Amino acid sequence: MARIDVNHIRHSYLPNPQKDSDFALKEVHHIFEDGGAYALLGPSGCGKTTLLNIISGLLHPSHGQLLFNGRDVTKLSTQERNIAQVFQFPVIYDTMTVYDNLAFPLRNRRVPETDVDRKVRETLDMIDLAGLAKKKARGLTADQKQKISLGRGLVRSDVNAILFDEPLTVIDPHMKWVLRSQLKQLHRRFGYTMVYVTHDQTEALTFADQVVVMYDGGIVQIGTPAELFERPRHTFVGYFIGSPGMNVLPVALEGKTAKLGAQRIELPGLPKADKGAVELGIRPEYVRLGREGMAVQVSKVEDVGRHKVVRANLEGKEIAAVIGEDDEVPADPKVRFDPAGINIYADSWRVEMGA
Amino acid sequence: MDKTWNNKAWFLVLPVLVLVAFSAVIPLMTVVNYSVQDTFGNNVFFWAGTEWFEELLASNRFWEAMVRNLIFSFIILAIEVPLGIFIALNMPKKGWGVPVCLVLMALPLLVPWNVVGTIWQVFGRNDIGLLGYYVNALGIDYNYVQDPFDAWVTVIIMDVWHWTSLVVLLCYAGLVSIPDAFYQAAKIDGASRWAVFRYIQLPKMQRVLLIAVLLRFMDSFMIYTEPFVVTGGGPGNSTTFLSIDLVKTALGQFDLGPAAAMSLVYFLIILLLSWVFYTVMTNYDAER
Repeated sequence: MARIDVNHIRHSYLPNPQKDSDFALKEVHHIFEDGGAYALLGPSGCGKTTLLNIISGLLHPSHGQLLFNGRDVTKLSTQERNIAQVFQFPVIYDTMTVYDNLAFPLRNRRVPETDVDRKVRETLDMIDLAGLAKKKARGLTADQKQKISLGRGLVRSDVNAILFDEPLTVIDPHMKWVLRSQLKQLHRRFGYTMVYVTHDQTEALTFADQVVVMYDGGIVQIGTPAELFERPRHTFVGYFIGSPGMNVLPVALEGKTAKLGAQRIELPGLPKADKGAVELGIRPEYVRLGREGMAVQVSKVEDVGRHKVVRANLEGKEIAAVIGEDDEVPADPKVRFDPAGINIYADSWRVEMGA
Repeated sequence: MDKTWNNKAWFLVLPVLVLVAFSAVIPLMTVVNYSVQDTFGNNVFFWAGTEWFEELLASNRFWEAMVRNLIFSFIILAIEVPLGIFIALNMPKKGWGVPVCLVLMALPLLVPWNVVGTIWQVFGRNDIGLLGYYVNALGIDYNYVQDPFDAWVTVIIMDVWHWTSLVVLLCYAGLVSIPDAFYQAAKIDGASRWAVFRYIQLPKMQRVLLIAVLLRFMDSFMIYTEPFVVTGGGPGNSTTFLSIDLVKTALGQFDLGPAAAMSLVYFLIILLLSWVFYTVMTNYDAER
């Protein structure tokens, strides 16, 4: 296992990148701690797979340095880096048995056959496929195939990190939960450094201790699931995480008050924003619907099972509020913002609030 | 469920039945008809029974042509399949080289058989042919008109030139369908170039390769035009393959009875081999 330092890495797929927009990865500087479970979360095309492939060595960055445990591996090939990667679509060697699939990476490295046998049997137990050892790999289901891909990484005890590139895309929903909890369990038992790329927030938030949110080739926030939820650093994180995403409303500041049209919203502190477009962000979970506060026109109520999502119009702006499954929308609806959930953004970046 | 029986539907099938009858069944029955009778012209026929078949199966000439044909098919498969795979593996996967290679590969396939024969007939001549002249100038005694070995070499090289492209194009189609992730996973697993070929590329090419082998075997087993144009089946009978022999018997000697018997045997052999290939391929699919 290894600590991975991503040292000011930039990458472009073009031969002669000039402008900032030529870079698929604009500048990433981050340390993946040894034994951590990280998720790279972001929309398609935000550079998360590029970053993953740079770590695995399938791509070599245009600029910057990559360190494994302090050792520079930027120029090393995939094979020399000794990492494992699980791809979006299961990669298995069709003609081999499950056993031979797992033995393949070891045999390629000329490990003695007795050790191969011991390691393969251990791994088969870890991924719960011991009963299928002698079966041809091509007859298996997608989730079993994906486990084989994972097993080919686990079988090498000295792997530096295990990388996942949206590994559950082709898995049936009910198996996703099973596989994800098995991954979590493997992580707890063996302490692998795991980096998991996904565009699915549920997957990211349940898998990882630290979620790295990427947007447009850069990292916008790194944090625990709770931090991402409570204090999104960028309005994008607010939109992207949560269902529905954060309400972001353009406001004008006046000391500790935010003005939204004719409404005045008391802020919990004095925002340190003196320039740029100011916005107020509040998650639907912190919008209280009741008989007091600012008047809204309710346009739609969506019942999603555990709770209801109310879509309403406040001073000409669309907002969403979450209310309990049994709560009713009052006849003359008004909303209040819970001060604990209020964040202020200047030019899309969050600003601190003083006393 | 009540089914409505309506025999008028047969009329929809009728055109196909008529077409197949005229193009295949009736000519085939004519051949069957000839194969059991003897004729001296003027539409006078004598019943011959299985005489022609017995004569054919006992004749050295038939078996020699058959053995020559099998050897020929075996040699060209042994050359074209590995060579085709090798070329396909080395063709570019993207960029401007792809269309260039594909067009170059497709060119020989577009040349008509008798033109291919003529090209090589001239190309190999040792008085005016580019190949024949220079090979002789290098001190190698090469003359496909007189030397059976040289005739075989010429016919085989000609076939390889003409048909390897087919194997290449089929293999290439199989190769480009392999997702990049497979190669990346192989890199991560530390697979050698050979292991990538053996465990990723070859399994993915297996199906197209079966088709390539089937097509090349059938074609080479029925080969006629090209060797006929180049060597005329000679020197002696050294490049007389089954179909050349058949045409010699039927049109050269006008022995319609024996030729008909031979056609039928030839037809049955090809039918049998097609069935074997078909069974192997479908079994292979069922196993997946």
